[in-house]
Amino acid sequence: MARGTTGTAGRRKANGAEATVKKAGPSTTKDELLKYYREMLLIRRFEERAGQLYGMGLIGGFCHLYIGQEAIAVGCQAAKRPGDQMITSYRDHGHMLVCGMDPKEVMAELTGRSGGSSRGKGGSMHMFSTEAAFYGGHGIVGAQVSLGTGLAFANAYRGDGKVAFAYYGDGAANQGQVYESFNMAQVWNLPVIYCIENNEYAMGTAIDRSSSETKLYKRGISFNIPGEEVDGMDVLAVKEAAERACAHCRAGNGPYILELKTYRYRGHSMSDPAKYRTREEVDEVRKTRDPIDFVEELLEKNGWADEGALKAIDAEVKKIVAEAAEFARTSPEPDPAELYTDVYTVAVEGVPA
Amino acid sequence: MTDILMPALSPTMEEGTLAKWHVKVGDKVSSGDIIAEIETDKATMEVEAVDEGVIEALLVAEGTEEVKVNSVIARLAGEGGAVAPAAPQPAAAADPNPQPASRAEAKGDPVRAAAAATSAASTLKDPDLPEGVNLVKVTLRDALRDAMAEEMRRDPDVFLMGEEVAQYQGAYKVSRGLLDEFGPKRVIDTPITEHGFAGIAVGAAMAGLKPIVEFMTFNFAMQAIDHIINSAAKTLYMSGGQIKCSIVFRGPNGAAARVGAQHSQDYGAWYAHVPGLKVLAPYDSADAKGMLKAAIRDPNPVVFLEHEMLYGQEFEVPEGIDWVVPIGKAKIRRVGTDVTLVAYSRMVGFCLQAAEKLAEEGIEAEVVDLRTLRPMDIGTVIESIKKTNRVVTVEEGWGPMGVGAEISAKAVELAFDYLDAPPARVHQEDVPLPYAANLELLSMPSIDRIVAAVKAVTYR
Repeated sequence: MARGTTGTAGRRKANGAEATVKKAGPSTTKDELLKYYREMLLIRRFEERAGQLYGMGLIGGFCHLYIGQEAIAVGCQAAKRPGDQMITSYRDHGHMLVCGMDPKEVMAELTGRSGGSSRGKGGSMHMFSTEAAFYGGHGIVGAQVSLGTGLAFANAYRGDGKVAFAYYGDGAANQGQVYESFNMAQVWNLPVIYCIENNEYAMGTAIDRSSSETKLYKRGISFNIPGEEVDGMDVLAVKEAAERACAHCRAGNGPYILELKTYRYRGHSMSDPAKYRTREEVDEVRKTRDPIDFVEELLEKNGWADEGALKAIDAEVKKIVAEAAEFARTSPEPDPAELYTDVYTVAVEGVPA
Repeated sequence: MTDILMPALSPTMEEGTLAKWHVKVGDKVSSGDIIAEIETDKATMEVEAVDEGVIEALLVAEGTEEVKVNSVIARLAGEGGAVAPAAPQPAAAADPNPQPASRAEAKGDPVRAAAAATSAASTLKDPDLPEGVNLVKVTLRDALRDAMAEEMRRDPDVFLMGEEVAQYQGAYKVSRGLLDEFGPKRVIDTPITEHGFAGIAVGAAMAGLKPIVEFMTFNFAMQAIDHIINSAAKTLYMSGGQIKCSIVFRGPNGAAARVGAQHSQDYGAWYAHVPGLKVLAPYDSADAKGMLKAAIRDPNPVVFLEHEMLYGQEFEVPEGIDWVVPIGKAKIRRVGTDVTLVAYSRMVGFCLQAAEKLAEEGIEAEVVDLRTLRPMDIGTVIESIKKTNRVVTVEEGWGPMGVGAEISAKAVELAFDYLDAPPARVHQEDVPLPYAANLELLSMPSIDRIVAAVKAVTYR
């Protein structure tokens, strides 16, 4: 198989990145890059369609899109082993898709239909898959960090070698329970990777207005947890860093922090007009740091895919998304009998439910 | 050809202003390109193209107000090979809310569900004691410890975590000896960090372990209440039944003595309000042991409310058998004919003493120990009220929105024609618990106040 180098040196700078400007990019292959390209494109097209369905009134409530941040979910997924768990916030559609969930089930959950992954009872912010070891989808900012540390606690208790990925944003990074979790994770040596998706804005508050230390990878210093800053728009850099973090955890060294510098193109949620930043700022990122363009350029530069091949992938992805949207639109609403199911699980021996 | 529709900025938006077009007819756009700006009185948003193509027509002029959501604002001529989206279906898009028909149907369910729960609970019985079983006096503290030890021997996934539970042997010595038997992997001292360790325990439960979380007192669990309610109680439902959370949150609840307002509160009503939780509050050692064992085995999150003032009291416990008391079944502690006293935890003892006093005056009180606050065995309470025609509720918590308020409502709903007097409630006075000895006593329910309430409802 042909191997090439990414040569990302100097291509662009992560927002203020200083620790990780690479001299030479990690090596990669055609198949690997095409896989990431397809996965990231699926997330982007899915989210664009979700935004459209929201506009049509088919998706209710809050809806937080992942556009711009695709390289993080895809890069970390590449470093995972089967059984490694994942848990995140309400900006969870991308994570659901990369861990192998059927886009139809994900989209139908967004529309609150019986074909959804939670049979319509969770919605955009509360999606889960035990099969894919995806533990949600949590609506309370920062809660997933303690819960994710608990998943790692179970891994350590069982000694099964699994690693838990707990994703959260620069907003959640200021929640107290994050530091309570850091402390216990290090004291108890738990295999958890704290993946901070720093997209620069906690809803509408820019990071330098909310955080006394904006280099979030340093937040583990007081707990003796190693951390590194990563260009979260470079899927290969994300994968490489996540592999380092996994190796650290699997060797029994306890938790690890990755600060993945990224950017969300859309508002915090669909009803956010994003007036706290300029159109120029967003355009600049789109033009110079887009994670999908980055892979596209690499593919073309190495002669691994021409425009036609990439268009074919786009058409295939669009077809999947169109089918998901159609399923989500036509899947029936949950049966009224579902109102009272799943409040409690069935009884176990000797104890009635 | 693809229609571009007027989007909604929020679930409640019905129309808006098309403030600006960023494209003109003939422009080529790709997905993600900004094509227009729309405004409502609350927000402004840019509209992005979802598909590639050439703008064929702009159907709504810049500055047009009151453009209805989902009306066609532009047309896109699709590129060859591009997949056009499903044509919007106004019928499907018009009302994201449930249909009225299904709402009405669903409305019938709570009654049926409640009726089913009541009848199921009424058939529950404490296990019969095998012939010849020994009853031994055990303090409530040790009964709880024995329950945990037995369940930890039975199931390696059960573990205990909390502040001072291991080396210190428990702040109230409930976990005495467990570290020696089970080691530090399963008896875990936590830092003083309730929010964090409750979240970690819930996460471990989601991954399939069966944690017992000891809160030094339930007053400190308020730091962790988000995880108890939002993470533990709701996730099964939100995940469509996928993510189970078998976990016990336990510790002393209610007022101890002279520890002031922040350390003296009954959380029974707080947790019993929440679907997805089971809430247990035993009175004696046999129930404490049998119900804690049931709680640990239960696949749902259980809040287990103990009482510090009872820890040192001795009660009989069956010896040498696997004693498990069913969740969701009240117990008639004293049979009577004239009034029903309903209580849980320490107040059961107060009611039993009040009943003896009342008996001296010829009033026979029936004492119902709720034992489980959720799911509540309201059937047993109602049957008793139908017999005595009078009810007095007793709880340590505040009255408004309390356990007694719930029982009074149920009594009126389900036994209205049987009541010879309005239900009466005895509870903590509606103030933060005072420190001064005399004020503390005045604030708390007492035997005298129970007696007085009974006299009021029996018109004596």
